[in-house]
Amino acid sequence: MNATVIGKPIKRREDERFLRGQGRYVDDLRFPGETHAYFLRSPHAHARIRSIDTSAALAAPGVLAVFTGEDLKADNVGSLPCGWLITDVNGEPMKEPPHPPLAQGKVRYVGDHVAVVIAESYLQAKDAAELIEVDYEELPAVTETARALAPDAPKVHDEFADNCCYVWEIGDKAATDTAFERAKHITRLELVNNRLIPNAIEPRAAIALYSPGEDRYTLYTTSQNPHVIRLLMCAFVLGLPEHKVRVVAPDVGGGFGSKIFHYAEEAVLTWASRKVGRPIRWTAERSEAFLSDAHGRDHVTTAELALDEQGQFLGMRVRTTANLGAYLSTFSTCVPTILYATLLAGQYKTPHIHCQVTGVFTHTAPVDAYRGAGRPEATYVVERLVEQAARELGLSPSEIRRRNFIPKEAFPYSTPVGLTYDTGDYEATLNRAEELADVAGFAQRRQEAAKRGKLRGLGYATYIEACGLAPSQIAGSLGARAGLYESGEVRLHPTGKVTVFTGSHSHGQGHETTFAQVVADRLGVPIEDVEIVHGDTDRVPFGMGTYGSRSIAVGGAALMKALDKIIDKSKKIAAHMLEAAEADIEFDNGVFRVVGTDRQVTIGEVAFAAYVPHNYPLEEIEPGLNETAFYDPSNFTYPAGSYICEVEIDPETGKVEIASFTAVDDFGNVINPMIVEGQVHGGLAQGIGQALLENCVYDPDSGQLVTGSYMDYTMPRADDLPSFQIDMHGTPCTHNPLGVKGCGAAGAIGAPAAVMNAVLDALRPLGVTHLDMPATPHRVWQAIQQAKQQQAA
Amino acid sequence: MYAFNYHRPDSLEAAIGLLRTCEDGLFLAGGQTLLQSLRQRLAQPSDLIDLGALPELSGIRREGDQLVIGAMTRHAEVAASDLVRQSIPALAALAAGIGDAQVRNMGTLGGSIANNDPAADYPAGVLGLGATVVTSERELAADEFFTGMFETALEPGELIREVRFPIPRRAGYVKFAQPASRYALVGVMVAESAAGVRVAVTGAGPCVFRVPAMEQALAQDFQPQALDGIEVPADELNDDLHASAEYRAHLVGVLARRAVKAALAGL
Ligand SMILES: Cc1cc2nc3c(=O)[nH]c(=O)nc-3n(C[C@H](O)[C@H](O)[C@H](O)COP(=O)(O)OP(=O)(O)OC[C@H]3O[C@@H](n4cnc5c(N)ncnc54)[C@H](O)[C@@H]3O)c2cc1C
Repeated sequence: MNATVIGKPIKRREDERFLRGQGRYVDDLRFPGETHAYFLRSPHAHARIRSIDTSAALAAPGVLAVFTGEDLKADNVGSLPCGWLITDVNGEPMKEPPHPPLAQGKVRYVGDHVAVVIAESYLQAKDAAELIEVDYEELPAVTETARALAPDAPKVHDEFADNCCYVWEIGDKAATDTAFERAKHITRLELVNNRLIPNAIEPRAAIALYSPGEDRYTLYTTSQNPHVIRLLMCAFVLGLPEHKVRVVAPDVGGGFGSKIFHYAEEAVLTWASRKVGRPIRWTAERSEAFLSDAHGRDHVTTAELALDEQGQFLGMRVRTTANLGAYLSTFSTCVPTILYATLLAGQYKTPHIHCQVTGVFTHTAPVDAYRGAGRPEATYVVERLVEQAARELGLSPSEIRRRNFIPKEAFPYSTPVGLTYDTGDYEATLNRAEELADVAGFAQRRQEAAKRGKLRGLGYATYIEACGLAPSQIAGSLGARAGLYESGEVRLHPTGKVTVFTGSHSHGQGHETTFAQVVADRLGVPIEDVEIVHGDTDRVPFGMGTYGSRSIAVGGAALMKALDKIIDKSKKIAAHMLEAAEADIEFDNGVFRVVGTDRQVTIGEVAFAAYVPHNYPLEEIEPGLNETAFYDPSNFTYPAGSYICEVEIDPETGKVEIASFTAVDDFGNVINPMIVEGQVHGGLAQGIGQALLENCVYDPDSGQLVTGSYMDYTMPRADDLPSFQIDMHGTPCTHNPLGVKGCGAAGAIGAPAAVMNAVLDALRPLGVTHLDMPATPHRVWQAIQQAKQQQAA
Repeated sequence: MYAFNYHRPDSLEAAIGLLRTCEDGLFLAGGQTLLQSLRQRLAQPSDLIDLGALPELSGIRREGDQLVIGAMTRHAEVAASDLVRQSIPALAALAAGIGDAQVRNMGTLGGSIANNDPAADYPAGVLGLGATVVTSERELAADEFFTGMFETALEPGELIREVRFPIPRRAGYVKFAQPASRYALVGVMVAESAAGVRVAVTGAGPCVFRVPAMEQALAQDFQPQALDGIEVPADELNDDLHASAEYRAHLVGVLARRAVKAALAGL
């Protein structure tokens, strides 16, 4: 590799346009004759729609059309599909209720889509929507995960016996139960993984156009995976020929998973653009984003860890109820199963694990992948258990982990929950984290804080993640209804400049820089000569997009394959130009050379020859230098890390402050350390946000979203966070060409448990043993009061 | 937002006259509350009368032992004013702790107290310092001005011109922020002056209120420990997602002690 490009903290090339306001987001695009859509949403959590009268709205100024679920039904518009089939323990497929883009007969959560108004201006559409008369018969609702299966819980879908979508399990139950019988000690926890609202800076937006001359649709949308949206929308919802639909996801301002899914608004706008005959635009208001973006997490779990007298883990038993919301969003079903329970081994050699997951419907917005998707939930369970067990057994959090780590000689290591980790060195990251966090000096810092009346605590979390989604065969055997490869195309122009097309999608991650580094390095051309194109189904070969920290591990690998093809072909051309045998041509840093001589041609000269084939062996080689590759990984990648959080708590108010946060990650090889650090920072902010601040709350009686704005939903702000201490210790991935693992979700995966373990460490002297996220001042204060009362009793 | 008529009068008389003549008008100050409720379609005024072009409503001056702040003075100006920082540092600190920089650059004293949000900071400052609210019609003591949740003694069409703050011997304001909005979950202003000690609490109840028991204790001994054992009953306090009434009652005690400390430290 060319040491001057890979591994260098090159500044993000895309930031120039973002910082100058020159980005082109969906809402920035303008089209002649465009109209505006406003979606009328359900004010009720659960209601039967007796009738909808749109006549007054249709007569309102500027209104072009009003559509309801009945109009879509009359036009045979289908249901928004779910991309992952989970099979129930009884062998039956999961329950899959219809998910109409506009409600039919019933609304099932506050914010559910009832009608769309299309008008000359947005305000006209919104005004007219107030004139739509919907006669609702209000029905009781259930929003709480733990109550969804109560015998008296109102049913979300009348066609099913109850609100259970599936009961799914993994692991050897009998062997795990036996391990528990042999145990000297069992640690047991009841945990709630709080529901989160994603809150990307850019709200979802879409613009749909129909061109009658070409009989062709174009949808501009805020998506992390435009090809997936095109496929789902064409094949399942609108029944449109795929070649007649173009989906473009231009600059996208953050997604965190929430922009993976195919949403109702995309399908409705595309469908309506032909009916109305003019472009239609829609941008979510922030309040709509709160109500209708797919939410994240929302688990209730009972977890047990069996240990022997030395603190060795013998077995783990986990029972989780996962809230799926009212309808099945695109990947909702695999997040709390495949992406969750398979990670319960963590970094440990726990021999037996059994996990049962019950997916439930409730009268809430759909729940789907959110930064980390299942893996933060798994890490939270494992790391809360491990730290609790350490306390109960009188071991240090460090020692209990070291006694149970998978040793570095044991790789590749197969876990009892279906994964085979390729590499890792968990001791090394923990050593480095303890050093950086100055664990040795903690006792003194705690004493010093006590003098100021403050409680100081230290908490650990070591996480494992499965990234690089995914080997298609494995995914398929687990119920995926799609492949999970990635595409890449490398186009060398006659002048030696390079355009690269990737099926990955950048919505803040910096692909335009990282991918350019990979290409510049492999071809030996200046990075300025490389342009990365993504996000347009008309330009880019079919790709699966960006989520699950897959871009560099799968998309980068696809590019490496395409680059190999380019170099292979270039060698043939160079051999001809240099009048040598192909076997004698070596390639290094942009130059093809006859081995052991000074006869050489540059890659630019080869490209020119390929496109100007005046003197060219046309019978042996085609002209042109344009190669496409698809890469399907042979395994997941397994980033891992050790996080240590130190908190200080004001016992009078219950306020928790993060005194320091240390993260040492193993991401394998690192292409751009500055971008990777940025990803870690963002992930940590979100993880700390989940632990201390963020909480989506529905009123259990009315089903209204209580935390429907920033007045009540707490986002992490810069002053909530310390300056992070970050380091990396890489063991290169063994099965992809770049040796990379992925870094996008790490912080959000490891941070919550580290923070909560630190909070509990600080509160333990007061007798507090349990706390659920988020550890708000109010909750911490209440826990302290309860502990005081218990001790007094 | 619904459509409305917008006016930007250049005299106080015109502003008041406009409000009287239009159907359902509202004054517009910094817009930090009003525009949000318009955007959310929670209010539908026929006319907005922007007070932004009336320099007589803006500014900070000292008159004898009083600090006079115009209704249109922005929070950022109060926070940065040397005059405020020297004469009532607690008031400068209060203003500096409102919202974020953008809110402080737009939001005004008059708008804040006219709105009388139960979690706003200024009401605690105005009541705790025993200020007088000067309107287009009359002068109102703080004790009469704040009458209930989002309610004041202002009559329809009455405009706040300025607020007169007597300069105390010492004062302290401490706020515990609601985590999401960062308004006051509870905020306590403690002030000691020749007229006695005043303790005003915002955020905790439906409307800013005084705590006589604390005032008496501090009049005896202006020290944090003088407040030990004095509890504010929780029954009438706010209870919501962010804090129970008990927690708020507890915070009143904690913050009052801290406010006394701040006053003693001259912060
Ligand atoms: C994000 C955010 C955070 C905030 N955080 C805080 C906080 O931490 N603490 C806090 O205290 N406040 C906070 N605020 C409120 C803000 O500080 C303003 O003080 C408040 O919004 C009202 O002032 P304004 O000048 O914006 O008034 P406007 O919104 O313009 O008006 C409010 C009301 O007062 C009336 N009014 C305005 N001026 C007069 C006048 N001179 N006479 C009679 N009636 C008048 C208007 O007609 C209207 O009904 C926050 C606001 C935002 C948007």
